[in-house]
Amino acid sequence: MDYFKTDLASLHADLVAKKISARELTQATFDNIKTTDAQVDAFLTLNEDAALKQATKIDEQGVATDQPLAGIPVALKDNIVTKGLKTTAASKMLANFNPVYDATVTEKLAQAQMITVGKTNLDEFAMGGSTENSAFKTTKNAWDYTKVPGGSSGGSAAAVASGQVLAALGSDTGGSIRQPAAFNGIVGLKPTYGRVSRWGLIAFGSSLDQIGPMTRSVKDNATMLSAIAGHDEHDLTSSTQPVPDFAADLTDATSVKGMRIGLPKEFLADGVADDVKQAILAAADTYRQLGATVDEVSLPHNKYGVAAYYIIGSSEASSNLQRFDGIRYGHRADDVKNLEDVYVKSRSEGFGDEVKRRIMLGTFSLSAGFYDAYFLKAAKVRTVIMNDFKAVLKDHDFIMGPVAPTPAFGIGDEIKDPITMYMNDVLTIPVNLAGLPGLSLPAGFSQGLPVGMQLIGRPFDESTLYKAGYAFEQNTDFHLQVPTLGGQH
Amino acid sequence: MNFETTIGLEVHIELKTHSKIFSPSPVAYGADPNANTNVIDWGYPGVLPTTNKGVVADGIIAALALHATVEQHTHFDRKNYFYPDNPKAYQITQSDKPIGHDGWVEIDVDGVKKKIGIAEMHIEEDAGKNTHERDYSYVDLNRQGTPLIEIVSKPDIASPAEAYAYLEALRQRIQFTGISDVKMEEGSMRVDVNISVRPVGQQKFGTKTELKNLNSFNYVQRGLEYEEKRQQQVLMSGGAVQQETRRFDEKTGETILMRVKAGADDYRYFPEPDLPALNISDDWIKELDAAMPEMPGKRRERYVNELGLTDYDAMVITQTKEMSDFFNATVALKADPKMAANYLQGDVNAYLNDKQVDLQATKLTPEHLAGMINLITDGTISSKMAKKVFKAITEGEDPKAFVEANGLVQLSDPAKLQPIIDDVLSANPQSIEDFNNGKKRAVGFLVGQIMKQTHGQANPQVVNKLLMAALQQ
Repeated sequence: MDYFKTDLASLHADLVAKKISARELTQATFDNIKTTDAQVDAFLTLNEDAALKQATKIDEQGVATDQPLAGIPVALKDNIVTKGLKTTAASKMLANFNPVYDATVTEKLAQAQMITVGKTNLDEFAMGGSTENSAFKTTKNAWDYTKVPGGSSGGSAAAVASGQVLAALGSDTGGSIRQPAAFNGIVGLKPTYGRVSRWGLIAFGSSLDQIGPMTRSVKDNATMLSAIAGHDEHDLTSSTQPVPDFAADLTDATSVKGMRIGLPKEFLADGVADDVKQAILAAADTYRQLGATVDEVSLPHNKYGVAAYYIIGSSEASSNLQRFDGIRYGHRADDVKNLEDVYVKSRSEGFGDEVKRRIMLGTFSLSAGFYDAYFLKAAKVRTVIMNDFKAVLKDHDFIMGPVAPTPAFGIGDEIKDPITMYMNDVLTIPVNLAGLPGLSLPAGFSQGLPVGMQLIGRPFDESTLYKAGYAFEQNTDFHLQVPTLGGQH
Repeated sequence: MNFETTIGLEVHIELKTHSKIFSPSPVAYGADPNANTNVIDWGYPGVLPTTNKGVVADGIIAALALHATVEQHTHFDRKNYFYPDNPKAYQITQSDKPIGHDGWVEIDVDGVKKKIGIAEMHIEEDAGKNTHERDYSYVDLNRQGTPLIEIVSKPDIASPAEAYAYLEALRQRIQFTGISDVKMEEGSMRVDVNISVRPVGQQKFGTKTELKNLNSFNYVQRGLEYEEKRQQQVLMSGGAVQQETRRFDEKTGETILMRVKAGADDYRYFPEPDLPALNISDDWIKELDAAMPEMPGKRRERYVNELGLTDYDAMVITQTKEMSDFFNATVALKADPKMAANYLQGDVNAYLNDKQVDLQATKLTPEHLAGMINLITDGTISSKMAKKVFKAITEGEDPKAFVEANGLVQLSDPAKLQPIIDDVLSANPQSIEDFNNGKKRAVGFLVGQIMKQTHGQANPQVVNKLLMAALQQ
């Protein structure tokens, strides 16, 4: 099986026609992962026995035509809980944690009869932009093993980009789906806040977190979103908005004709690499040629996004991660004398540096005497940023820009410099603060490394993003290029 | 030196909902440790709370019952602190926008009426329970997530007696709404107390102490009385009251230092991001208000003004909604209100105390009590016979059927009584002589003899009338 040469719809057709069995497909997937993952290090846990059993069962029943994902392998970021399958959030704290329940997205994929082949690496508790903060391993960029895959969903991105699976789920709090998708030359969607249930996603920043699909094409991404989206009674922040069949609309490569696109000048400002700028300007030309208008617009408060995000996200994280206290599950320190020891030692040993940094930042921001100056101020900045987007999206169908200021950087280059690392998310963070959908898709190359483009839409209007992404894809060939695995550039 | 006292009460009331405030686990007592829990109650990774709408409704009901303003645009907040009985290491509560604020209740201490202000009330989740043995500590999360309403008084309470009256008024009003059992002995009502004293005329409040282990209204009052005196003595001897937490000792009636507070705790409150804001509509409030049972104050007024009860009787009958509802139903069946009130306060209460049960757990019904009272007022049975009938109705028997089956019907027919009276008179000439000599006591003896002859079934009023007529001939 060569995932570089197929897509979900073709695989589905083959499964229905019994050209390939789910078991063969699953077995081939594991064989491939075992060969390639020695270098890529995308997976933390494989689910081989259960996956093969499930595949056999699906083969016995046969794949129905109305089950477009049945029998197709999928990988889940390891902060999405899976019943009986180890879920670590890439933290020592949960190194041996076997959840007793499934996340809603896990359940939905199981209902769709997708086969979970394993859990992918991430920055510990999804905190980071390079997957270097994993307590267990460093995932490599599929295009260049000396480069980071981005993060925090670096494992899922590298798995899809290196052809280990056709689809994976990631989570995005400040860019954690879109940035690794861009670094690996694949398609990643951060859905509108509330589009996908967070039940079973190990919480980082509750008001920012969303689960979303990572795939090789826009259409596959749309198919995956339809499968995981929808209201969930377990998550009161999930929306009751109807979920369309997003992929069904993707037939017209010229559907952007007449659309108005906003290109914020702040998105091409200093700090954005020339190659990235050029790729986005070229993409704007492509849209113009397809009959859309591209206006320069402004998101004047965009620059405050990173600061506001690190206060809000860290504050929520500091509270969310308090439950890892060594009492009921997870790591508990030995050699404790009293209750305080259980807390302090278990947490000191269980959490890595970046997680500790954010817990401290968040705890400080919420403390008496600082709350107004930090948390409350950040919440106000958030509203201002939302209003910026609202104003532009009032008369523009969507916004376009880069995903990250640069292509993938080298492993070890930025990990000692948190501020530089944080600035990688300057273009993705405001989208989380505003709760809007953001689609990342391949738009060019810089010295052999992929460059991503970001499309930002109105709340719950993922359809427009997919249509625009599909149109771009049909008129360019960036998404068709595949990495020379193990290749160095 | 003269002092004035300021008392603050924080009352936690446990709600009687079927399920927990943020999880579908049942709220029930006596289950095995951790039996009534699920992943949400464990604070498991990835779980989210969902709001029990019934708890919000109860919060609105409490606000209405305590004359508070319902906050229609509110939300939950997180209160962060580590403790093993607090599995998420934060409590979901309400901090900056409690569901109700600026309410009051009226109290009456020795005939002096006073309104005590309520600063706010908020809905929140209870914690689990830790128990400690020699080598291990155990955590039981059954109680984790049980819905609570916390009611915070304004600094209007000026004496331990007022504190008692406030708690009683609060308990009564909440009890009438039916949202909680409000029983301190069962933990469905818990009280945290703080008290400070200051010289009369001083603007600034004195330093307050907190009291713990106050497990009844009486202990609250006694603990406050002790603490009030202790603080006064500290100040009079030139000392300063320390900000501290003290434990009430039930045996000695004293308060004992537990710990000195060093600065305020920092709970790092912030809005709960997992739960959408609550928007409470006017219609919902109206609907809950319309369904609200008549409150004890209104009932007392009606009992006194329309039914002729004394203030005291009305107060006792309105102690609980069950008693008051029972009374209403009994009176609705045409029973004499005064007699109904007497029976409820006397025989019924004695029976409940004896059996240690609540009224609704007995076989007593308003129909049977009214039936019995009506048999008394129409002369069918005497109040003495009623003792037996009362015992029967506590066992669920119909009073009329019981009276008939046991031949308890009162003898009121003069034609049947006259021969018996005549016989008794002729057998006791000495008594007639005594009566004629002015010894009124002789009447009682003769009535007793007549009762004996009739096995207690003679109607005393008819006997009296006939006997007096015979004696005065």
